Amino acid sequence: MAVQSDTSNVIDALGPYDRAKALSAFKAGDLTFYWITRISAISVLVILGGIIISLIIGAWPAMREYGFAFLWTQRWAPSADPPVLGALGPVYGTLITSFIAMLIAIPVGLGIAVFLTELCPQLLRRPIGIAIELLAGIPSIIYGMWGFFVLGPFLANTFQPFMIRIFDGVPVLDAVFAGPPSYLSLFNAALILAIMVLPFITAISVDVFKTVPPVLKEAAYGMGCTTWEVVRNVVIPYTRVGVIGGVMLALGRALGETMAVTFIIGNSFRISSSIFAPGTTISAAIASEFAESDGLHQSGLILLGLLLFVLTFFVLAGARLMLLRLEKKAGK
Amino acid sequence: MNFVKAICAAGVLAVSTPAFAADITGAGSTFIFPVLSKWADAYKKESGNGVNYQSIGSGAGIKQIQANTVTFGATDAPLKAEQLQKDGLAQWPMIMGAIVPVVNIEGVKPGELVLDGQTMGEIFLGKITKWDDAAIKKLNPNVKLPSDAIAVVHRADGSGTTFNFTDYLSKVSADWKSKVGSGTAVEWPVGVGAKGNEGVAGNIGQTKNSIGYVEYAYAKQNKLTYTALVNKAGKTIQPSNESFQAAASNADWTNAPGYYLILTDQPGDKSWPIVASTFVLMHKEASDKAASQEALKFFKYAFEKGAKSAEELDYIPMPDSVIKLIEKTWNADIKS
Repeated sequence: MAVQSDTSNVIDALGPYDRAKALSAFKAGDLTFYWITRISAISVLVILGGIIISLIIGAWPAMREYGFAFLWTQRWAPSADPPVLGALGPVYGTLITSFIAMLIAIPVGLGIAVFLTELCPQLLRRPIGIAIELLAGIPSIIYGMWGFFVLGPFLANTFQPFMIRIFDGVPVLDAVFAGPPSYLSLFNAALILAIMVLPFITAISVDVFKTVPPVLKEAAYGMGCTTWEVVRNVVIPYTRVGVIGGVMLALGRALGETMAVTFIIGNSFRISSSIFAPGTTISAAIASEFAESDGLHQSGLILLGLLLFVLTFFVLAGARLMLLRLEKKAGK
Repeated sequence: MNFVKAICAAGVLAVSTPAFAADITGAGSTFIFPVLSKWADAYKKESGNGVNYQSIGSGAGIKQIQANTVTFGATDAPLKAEQLQKDGLAQWPMIMGAIVPVVNIEGVKPGELVLDGQTMGEIFLGKITKWDDAAIKKLNPNVKLPSDAIAVVHRADGSGTTFNFTDYLSKVSADWKSKVGSGTAVEWPVGVGAKGNEGVAGNIGQTKNSIGYVEYAYAKQNKLTYTALVNKAGKTIQPSNESFQAAASNADWTNAPGYYLILTDQPGDKSWPIVASTFVLMHKEASDKAASQEALKFFKYAFEKGAKSAEELDYIPMPDSVIKLIEKTWNADIKS
C-alpha cells in the first residue's frame, strides 16, 4: 500500500509536465506517419494523372485529325499521304486474344486450384504448387520464344488442321476456324496468354479456397454432398470475391502483355473472321512500330496507348461493378 | 628539374587531352550501326576520340539532328533537297547494303529461284497465292514448284529495309504504287509481320513455302535461300558483292542534289536491283563547330580506312569517285 501510494505520488509530482511532453512526442510521430503515408498515396494519383495527361498531349494531333472515326477505321496505312490510321484491328485483336485466353485459363486455373485444395494427395501438393509459381516467374520473352519455335509449329501441324477439318461446312464456326493453319495467329497468342495468366488465377484461388472454414465443408459433406457439390455450393460462393479478383488481375495482364504476343501474333492489322489468322494487339502494334515512327504516325500510336489505358480501366471498373452487384445479391 | 618539368608537361597534356577528345555524338539508322561501331572502335584506338552512336531508328535520328542534340544523324530514307535547305543540313551517303528476297521451298537451293519485280509485287499484293502460279513458272521452267499457298513474311517494325524494298516494288509495279506505296512501315495487303531482320529470317526458316526480304548479311549468315532477280536491263542477276557494286557504280550521284538518290532499280546489265544506302546528316552551320569538324575527321577516316571492315560485315563501301565528290561537298558546305 505504502509503496503504491509512493509511486503514484512520484508520478503525480512529475505528472503534468512529462505527460504533455510524451503526448506531444506521440503526436509528432503520428503526424509524421500520417503525412508519409498520405504523400505516398497521393503520389500514386499524381503519377497516374501525369501519365494520362502526357498521353493526351502526345495523342492530341491524331485525335484532332481522326476524331472518333479512329475507333472504327480498320485501315492502318502510316505511309499513305496523308496517313490513314484506325484502331479497329489492334482493338479487335486485344479483346479477342484476351477473351479466348480467359476462356481457357479460368476453367483450367480454377480446376487446378480445386484439385490442389480439395483432392490432391498431400505428397503432390507442394510440387504442383511450386510448379505453378514458377510458371509465374518465367519472363514473357521466354514464352514468346517458346511459342514461336515450339508451340506455333506444333499447333499449325496438328491442332489447327484438326479444328479446320471438324468445323468445315458448319455455319459460323467454319468461318471462326478457317484455314490455312499458321505458325503465327490470334489463337496461338491467346493460348500463350492463357498459360501466362494461369498462375495468377490458380495462386489466388488456392489462397482464398484455404480460407473456407472447414466446418462449412464438413457440414456439407455430412449432408451427403459430393465433392463437386461442395465446391459448387460452398467453396465458390464463399470465395467468390477473391476468385473474381484473381481473374481480373489475370485479365489486366492479358490485355497489356506485349513481348510474348508480338512474337507470335503475326503483327497484321487486318481483321479476319478466323482465329487462326494473324492479327495484332494494341501493345504489340506500339512495340513494333514506335521506334521508327514520327509525326502523325507516332501520335496515332500514342492514341492507341491511351485507348488501351481506357479499355483496361473500363474492364476493371466493370469487374468492380459486377462484384458490387454480386455482393448485394448475396446480402439479400 | 627536368623531371619536374616532364611531370608538369604530362599533367598539362593529361588535362588538355580530354578537352579535345569529346565524344562525337550521333543517332539514327539501325542499319548502319554494326559497321559504324566497328569504325568507331578502330578510330578510337587511332585518335583517342570515341563515337557515341545511338541506333534509335532513322526517323528519330532525323528528329535529333533537327533538334541539334547530336552532331550527326543517320537515316536510311534520304531527306529531299528542299527539306535539307529548310533545316540547314548537309547530307551524303555513307555506306550501302543490299536487300535480297528469301524463300523457304523444299528442294529449292539458294539462287535457284528467279523472280522479277512485277511478279514479286503481285506475290506481296496477294494476287499470286500459289507457288506454281503461271507467272512464277514462266520465270522458272526448270524448278519444281509445289502447288502450296505462299506465306508472305514482312517486317513488323518500321525500318529502312522496308523503305527500300517497298520503294523498289513501287518503281516496278504500278499496282503496288497505287495500292500500298513506299515507306518505313506500310499497309501490307497480306502476310505476317516479324520484328527485325532476325525476326524475318527466323520466320522464313520456320515456315514452309514462305517468302520475305532481309538484308543480304542476314541471308548469308543464316544460310537462307535467297532468290535471283531480273533487273531493269532484263538480265537475271544473283546477289553478290559484284552485282551490288555494279548497282552502286551505275548510280548517278553527281546530278542528285543533296545526294537524294535511292539505289533501287538502277540501270546496268550487272546491277542488283535492291540496294540501300544510309545517309549521314549534319548541320551546315553547326553551333559547335569543333565537334562538327571532329565528326568529319571520323567520316574521312571511315571512308579511307573503313572499306575493309565494311566488306567483312557484307556492306558495300562507297566507290572512290563518290567519296571524292562527298569530300568536296564537305569543304563547300560545312563551315568550320
